[in-house]
Amino acid sequence: MLYINCPHCGLRSQNEFAYGGDATVKRPELNKEISDQEWDNFVYLRKSPRGKHLELWHHISGCRQWIKVERDTSTHEIFKTYKANEAIE
Amino acid sequence: MSQDFRLDNVGMVNREKKISFKFNGKKYFGFEGDTIASALIANGVHLVGRSFKYHRPRGFFGVGVDEPYAILQLDRNNERDPNIRATEQEIFEGLEVKSVNCWPSVNFDIGAINNFLKMFFPAGFYYKTFMWPPSFWYKIYEPFIRMAAGFGEASIKHDKERYEHKYEYCDLLITGSGPSGLASAYAAAKNGARVILAEDKPRFGGSLLTSDVNIGNQTGVEWTEKIIAELKSMPNVTVKNRSQVFGYYDHNMLVMSERISDHLPKTQKYLPKQRLWYIRANEVLISSGSIERPLVFGNNDTPGVMLSSAAKEYMKVYGVLVGKKPLIFTNNDSGYETAIEFKKNGVNPIILDTRSDPSSDIIAEAKNLNIEIKFSHVVVAAKGYKKVKSADIAKISDDKKELFNIENIECDCICVSGFWTPSIHLASQSGNKSKFNEKIDAFVPDKSKQQENTIGSANGIFTLEETIKDAFDKGFDVSNKITEKNNKVSVPTVVEKKSTDHDKFWCVPLPKGKSYKRFLDFQNDVAVSDIELALREGFRSIEHVKRYTTLGMATDQGKTSNLNGLQLVSDIENKVVPQVGHTTFRPPYTPVSIGAIVGREVGKHSKPTRKSPMHSWHEKNNAVFVHAGVWLRPRYYKQGNEGLFEASKREAKNVRQNVGVCDVTTLGKIDVKGPDAAEFLNRVYTNAWLKLPVGKARYGVMLREDGIVMDDGTTTRISENHYHMTTTTAQAANVLSHLEYYLQLVWPELNVNVVSTTEQWAGAAIAGPNSRKLLMKLFPNLDVSNEGLPFMGYKEADLFGVPAKIYRISFSGELAYEINVESDNGYFMWEKIMEVGKEFQIQPYGTEALSTLRIEMGHVAGSELDGRTIPYDASLEGLVSKKKDFIGKRSLNRSAFTSTDREKLVGVVPIDKTTSIPEGSYIVKDPKAKLPNPKLGHVSASCWSVEYDNPFSLAIIKDGKNMIGQKLFAMSPLKNKTIPVEIVSSHYVDPEGKRVRS
Repeated sequence: MLYINCPHCGLRSQNEFAYGGDATVKRPELNKEISDQEWDNFVYLRKSPRGKHLELWHHISGCRQWIKVERDTSTHEIFKTYKANEAIE
Repeated sequence: MSQDFRLDNVGMVNREKKISFKFNGKKYFGFEGDTIASALIANGVHLVGRSFKYHRPRGFFGVGVDEPYAILQLDRNNERDPNIRATEQEIFEGLEVKSVNCWPSVNFDIGAINNFLKMFFPAGFYYKTFMWPPSFWYKIYEPFIRMAAGFGEASIKHDKERYEHKYEYCDLLITGSGPSGLASAYAAAKNGARVILAEDKPRFGGSLLTSDVNIGNQTGVEWTEKIIAELKSMPNVTVKNRSQVFGYYDHNMLVMSERISDHLPKTQKYLPKQRLWYIRANEVLISSGSIERPLVFGNNDTPGVMLSSAAKEYMKVYGVLVGKKPLIFTNNDSGYETAIEFKKNGVNPIILDTRSDPSSDIIAEAKNLNIEIKFSHVVVAAKGYKKVKSADIAKISDDKKELFNIENIECDCICVSGFWTPSIHLASQSGNKSKFNEKIDAFVPDKSKQQENTIGSANGIFTLEETIKDAFDKGFDVSNKITEKNNKVSVPTVVEKKSTDHDKFWCVPLPKGKSYKRFLDFQNDVAVSDIELALREGFRSIEHVKRYTTLGMATDQGKTSNLNGLQLVSDIENKVVPQVGHTTFRPPYTPVSIGAIVGREVGKHSKPTRKSPMHSWHEKNNAVFVHAGVWLRPRYYKQGNEGLFEASKREAKNVRQNVGVCDVTTLGKIDVKGPDAAEFLNRVYTNAWLKLPVGKARYGVMLREDGIVMDDGTTTRISENHYHMTTTTAQAANVLSHLEYYLQLVWPELNVNVVSTTEQWAGAAIAGPNSRKLLMKLFPNLDVSNEGLPFMGYKEADLFGVPAKIYRISFSGELAYEINVESDNGYFMWEKIMEVGKEFQIQPYGTEALSTLRIEMGHVAGSELDGRTIPYDASLEGLVSKKKDFIGKRSLNRSAFTSTDREKLVGVVPIDKTTSIPEGSYIVKDPKAKLPNPKLGHVSASCWSVEYDNPFSLAIIKDGKNMIGQKLFAMSPLKNKTIPVEIVSSHYVDPEGKRVRS
């Protein structure tokens, strides 16, 4: 079970969180004309890298904040965690 | 039966307390502190089971977790515990155990015929022998294999025992209380660290309990007692026996199973059976020790052949002799300790040492005691069927390939020692690679992956002096990283007699003309010949060889067999062991009860149960409850002998004719507040929200980004910047997460806050033609006329002194209102509604009537919004704005979603007006068409229309809007029904929606 450092609450066990997928995906702006391909990429296409991955976690049983976690998908090492809108180094 | 093999005044069992127990129906006596194994051996019993495949007789091989043989079935308070290890289970008064995998009895076992049909059970027999003819597989082969295979039988009854979970944090977790565990725990505890020391056995000390050593001028046992007593007295130390750390998971999370009352006579009222500890440790020291390796020779699975360390522990800890004519077969000094112990207890052992000319203090001591030692000698084969009676022994050449002078000598047990294998399981589970240590012919952990170190013999350190010194250092080092107290204790002096030399010999060659079975895996009956066959058949990877032959795949996970298997593969392949590599170690290290994993989350505790504030009223009024998500909701209120069908029909009819009241507390409620709340809702919902006036509610539909309907509900503008959103009961939590996602990550510039208020409000829906009259009486000072409180209107009012909110919204298609009060006032509100409503023939209605009402009105709910439908499919396209953008809108333009023949919501009525259509039925054109019959769609919800008194269903079918009026068929292959139906509008009742606006 992972030990995730919530930037708001501190170290908390994984069972307080829900996984939220790739954190680098950016939603297309509202009212912007975009192609089917671009929209499909946003809705469906995700990379599944082995290694470093910036991902979203939702602290649902804690502060209810969405946070970003930089984690190695093969070793589970967590390098850094960020608040929802913190700049990523 | 008397305990013929019990020694006087030796061992640690409590001689004051005699305990009786039953094995295979026969009564035996032992002492408090005995395991089933030690007590049975004391009584001279060595036949306890039958092997997995060949049903060969099985005795005892080890003395702890590594035991491959003595797997028994325990009967305890009429509950069964399958596959317990006799070497671990302590006896208690009234204990009953029996053998497994034998029929009719362990002494006479029909399955033993397999032993003579060996040619049909080669490695991988179920992959090949039984392939032909195919029709035989499930009729003959499978039932036969199922009957023959497996060990204990699990009970099919509910396990009444209690299991608990505990979460714990510590600076340092130490797994095992042998010399390295004790030393490191002591050093770390003295340095101020919070330490947990876990010992799998009932007694602390590990090898110190049985080895003839001296630490700080004390015996191993005295030193152990002193250290444990001191550790127990320290507030920063938790010391646990009967506790197995079986799993090492990510981020230094370890799981330990503590056997709390497994060794006690009957269920202790306030004690759980077992407790599972989830331990998050800053640092871990793995001191799990090592397991003695067997030597491989002919018939080496005969009862009476056992590990030499086990024989020693039976003597020193339990005061029990495993035999009176022992043969010790060893390739290192460990066998000598056992031999000396026999000699001290008046038994004359013979030592066969594979080495030609070894020397050490302990060998000298054995010689001084006049113990007969035969160097360069091996056991060729054990003789005897249910117990060792003699052994063929021989002199072996220096290259270990040839046998000379085979002779038979009498013996009643053969104690083997093939040196030691470090238990690297936990280190390996942590993610460490392992490296092969040539000196000890075994794998040890390589670089640490997590915050852990392996110490003592688990790390391949086999001298006590080095172990103690290293453990004191490690205990200090890891604790000092955390406490920085620099409090170092001095290391005691150590005296040990045995050397750590061993002969790199593990398998006795077959004498010419003999074909003895030489077993590697004692639990799964894997012999040398099976591995040879697998390699001949082309299996190379050790992982493949393992799976094909089942080597190391039994419940003992190959604790005694893995390394010898690797040796064999590397010998045949002409490789060295590290090139062959080893198979992966996975948790759990030892079997764990399913009950312990589940803990208290069984039965109704498997998920939380939420009840509305009116729950006790429903109970008092004969409500039959149904689970709706985690909520308990009244399904119907039973009157007399009514069943579900009659009751729900009565309740629904009463809504259409008079007035009904339904508990709607469970609906999800979310407060949406902030200056940008209107803009936010406008992006979340498909319809327009910017112009909703204060005091008005609106129905809204929200989508996921992929265009699928996520949820629906009404949202009311309470004040300028304050909205009250409702969601369906099931989606409440998901919708909140969804809103938080967009506010926090996508549109952080919107100044809006959301919070769940589901539990803050109790809700009652009153519906039916009499509902306004009822409302007038409930709120006499309020204008509730159609003009004063119009459809989709909202008002705050006073309900007999209690503040209330009234929403004029309807789920039933009738004139209806929803009243919300603070949860604490919910019961009061409900009683008032029932009391005042009496004169209007009010009746409560449950979820079943609620469904009936919504289905015949054509309102969609969870069965239509099933994660596959877009707004068009559910006939919600009128709510989709063409002007503004919203979540998921772009997806609706994708070609599949704009196709004209998409499935669409319709109504379905059986032509005979009497046959109910099962939910899930297919709608087809021709019921006799060739299979697979092309399906037009499916029936999503069915009810008995109370308006028309005939069955009515909703269905989602292809090109639905052009199908109205068609005569088709509903087919339910499950219920074996084919029903002629007519497709009608989904708005079966009041299609113009006059009633809700009346």
